[in-house]
Amino acid sequence: MASISIRNLVKEYGDGYPAVNDVSLEIEDGEFVILVGPSGSGKSTVLRMIAGLEDITSGELLIDGERVNEKPPRERNVAMVFQNYALYPHLSVYENIAFPMRLHKGQFSKEEVDQKVRKAAETLELTEHLDRKPANLSGGQRQRVAMGRAIVREAAAFLFDEPLSNLDAKLRGQMRTEISQLQRRLNTTSVYVTHDQTEAMTLGDRVAVLKKGELQQVASPRELYEQPLNLFVAGFIGAPSMNFLPGSVEGTTLKTPIGEIELNEKQAEAGRDKEVVLAGIRPEFFDEASQVDASQRAKGQVFTAELSHTEWLGNEQYAYVNYENDPRVTDVLQSLAEDMDADELRTQLVVAVDAMSTIRGGDTAELWVNTRRIHLFDPATGENLTRDAEAGARLTEMAREDRQREAERAGAKLSS
Amino acid sequence: MAAGKLTSKQRVAWTFLTIGVLLYALFPVASIFVTSFKTQADLGSNQFWPTTWTWDNYEMIFVGGAQELFLTALRNSIGITLIATAVAVVLSTLCAYAIARLNFPGKRIILGTALAVSIFPVISVVTPLFNLWRTIGLYDTWLGLIIPYLSLTLPISIWTLSAFFRQIPWELEQAALVDGATQWQAFRKAIVPLAAPGVFTTAIIAFFIAWNDFVYGISLTSTEAARPVPAALAFFTGASQFEEPTGAISAAAIVVTIPVVVLVLLFQRQIVSGLTQGAVKG
Ligand SMILES: Nc1ncnc2c1ncn2[C@@H]1O[C@H](COP(=O)(O)OP(=O)(O)OP(=O)(O)O)[C@@H](O)[C@H]1O
Ligand SMILES: [Mg+2]
Repeated sequence: MASISIRNLVKEYGDGYPAVNDVSLEIEDGEFVILVGPSGSGKSTVLRMIAGLEDITSGELLIDGERVNEKPPRERNVAMVFQNYALYPHLSVYENIAFPMRLHKGQFSKEEVDQKVRKAAETLELTEHLDRKPANLSGGQRQRVAMGRAIVREAAAFLFDEPLSNLDAKLRGQMRTEISQLQRRLNTTSVYVTHDQTEAMTLGDRVAVLKKGELQQVASPRELYEQPLNLFVAGFIGAPSMNFLPGSVEGTTLKTPIGEIELNEKQAEAGRDKEVVLAGIRPEFFDEASQVDASQRAKGQVFTAELSHTEWLGNEQYAYVNYENDPRVTDVLQSLAEDMDADELRTQLVVAVDAMSTIRGGDTAELWVNTRRIHLFDPATGENLTRDAEAGARLTEMAREDRQREAERAGAKLSS
Repeated sequence: MAAGKLTSKQRVAWTFLTIGVLLYALFPVASIFVTSFKTQADLGSNQFWPTTWTWDNYEMIFVGGAQELFLTALRNSIGITLIATAVAVVLSTLCAYAIARLNFPGKRIILGTALAVSIFPVISVVTPLFNLWRTIGLYDTWLGLIIPYLSLTLPISIWTLSAFFRQIPWELEQAALVDGATQWQAFRKAIVPLAAPGVFTTAIIAFFIAWNDFVYGISLTSTEAARPVPAALAFFTGASQFEEPTGAISAAAIVVTIPVVVLVLLFQRQIVSGLTQGAVKG
């Protein structure tokens, strides 16, 4: 078990392009940190630098307070689970799991190796597959073997590089829960790279968002969701992603293509001196006006809009509203869409409505929006003008306390 | 055969075709085989089977009059072929490793050159090589054969091995490093076991090519110092001036065919997959 300190880490590959640019991150002992970001943002590179598989161009990497920049992987005592598992095809499941111990001749006795392998196999429900070759296992089983190889060593930290991306959706959900429980039980510092929103939101104590090799924000999932630092984080976290409506603030009124929205004084002030702002409104800030009771209604605003079409997903339903975009922000939104790997710039508002609702495309609906949760962004810098840093910090602190409580509970369970 | 099953008509046709091909390919071998057991008298009679089976011819090449000629040639063949194979395997392993693992300018040129060398007609190289070898003193030496043999074995070895290496998941090496292995351990425990079958197949293929060569063997040697078996066969003489050495030649031919047949029978699966990999993936 160990803390990991990443200080101003830079990685330039041969062509001089900074794949990772000045990333700093302090990971506490026992913490589960997620790295997310669009493809090519440098997530794997950060992970591989921690593992020692990639040279560090500049900056400092400390594991448990000790500088490890120059140390080969084997001296860093971290375990890594690769995207395609990287199991040794010529070895049985048993030998795959025993492999790390076999490398340290004399350190483990035969009985010790056997006992550890069997214990790991039991934890991961692999006992009856120990004699089989990896090629004959299912994807989920292979994944578990890779996990087994990581946990037998009592490594200082676990590194995961998109470990579930090769599994189908159902199995992914199941393995996600298993990884989460395993990490809590072992309380081993973990860094986990993923593309997947759900994995990022559910697994991590904190989530680090990367864009083009630069760290955007590190915070608990809730803080990222509720108090994003900038346009990119706001758009990247959450699915379907946040709507960005162009508008201008006059007095306390936000003028947008879908109508005028009344803001509170604090919000309005933040956006007043900008010629144009982007109002970030998550789909679930909306609802059908008829569904909102009077006390709730007061916290927001009702407007009418023509729906272009709806999408019904069983447990939720989305309605789409077309609007005319402001030419002053098309460039910003276009490059944001590219940064996020999104197909193209959307000029459609996504509105989450009750799954039971019977509204249809073509209807003119009365919609309500919770105005208090709207964030205003500066299109020029991407900065979140209405971010409440204190509230955000509180959310992250809460996640930290949660983790400590859980670790204590797990510890108590182990000792009892 | 999309359906996987043959109609009875097709089966008959295939059977005949197969038998035809087998006969065509194996008849000369069978003919040499039986000839090697014929007595001197039988050689003249135009019969397929010997009237009496005899080991005379084998005696002649191993302990009799042709012993000197044959055994030294056999020693030359084995020595030269093994050395050429070993060198080819080592060099092509290094080369294919670089081609499969690294990105460097000129990678395609290396593969292209290897291919060009392998399709270059041997016979057109032999005369200049003969002159060159005589000038620099490599004529009629082991080295003088090993070098041209490398030009035969290296291209195909590089092609098969780089196709093979390209399939090895190199991430395993990194996995082993993180698992606590040294660079050498990672290579030995994670990569070598996967690469070994490919290297082995390549070695067998290279061995065949060198072992079967005739043109270089006959042109670049003049004495027993380096003459390999295929070339030496031409120098067998009969017991007297009027006797043809056909029996002895047949016996020697059978003896040098045995290692090839044994190797093929033992490793046919590897050889086929090695060759097709080279063909498809190269
Ligand atoms: N070996 C390499 N040589 C040169 N450039 C590289 C190399 N590996 C990665 N890069 C570049 O570094 C950047 C970051 O790559 P990295 O693999 O870390 O991204 P990632 O965030 O893990 O992406 P993905 O989600 O697609 O796995 C990319 O622009 C990539 O092109
Ligand atoms: Mg990656």
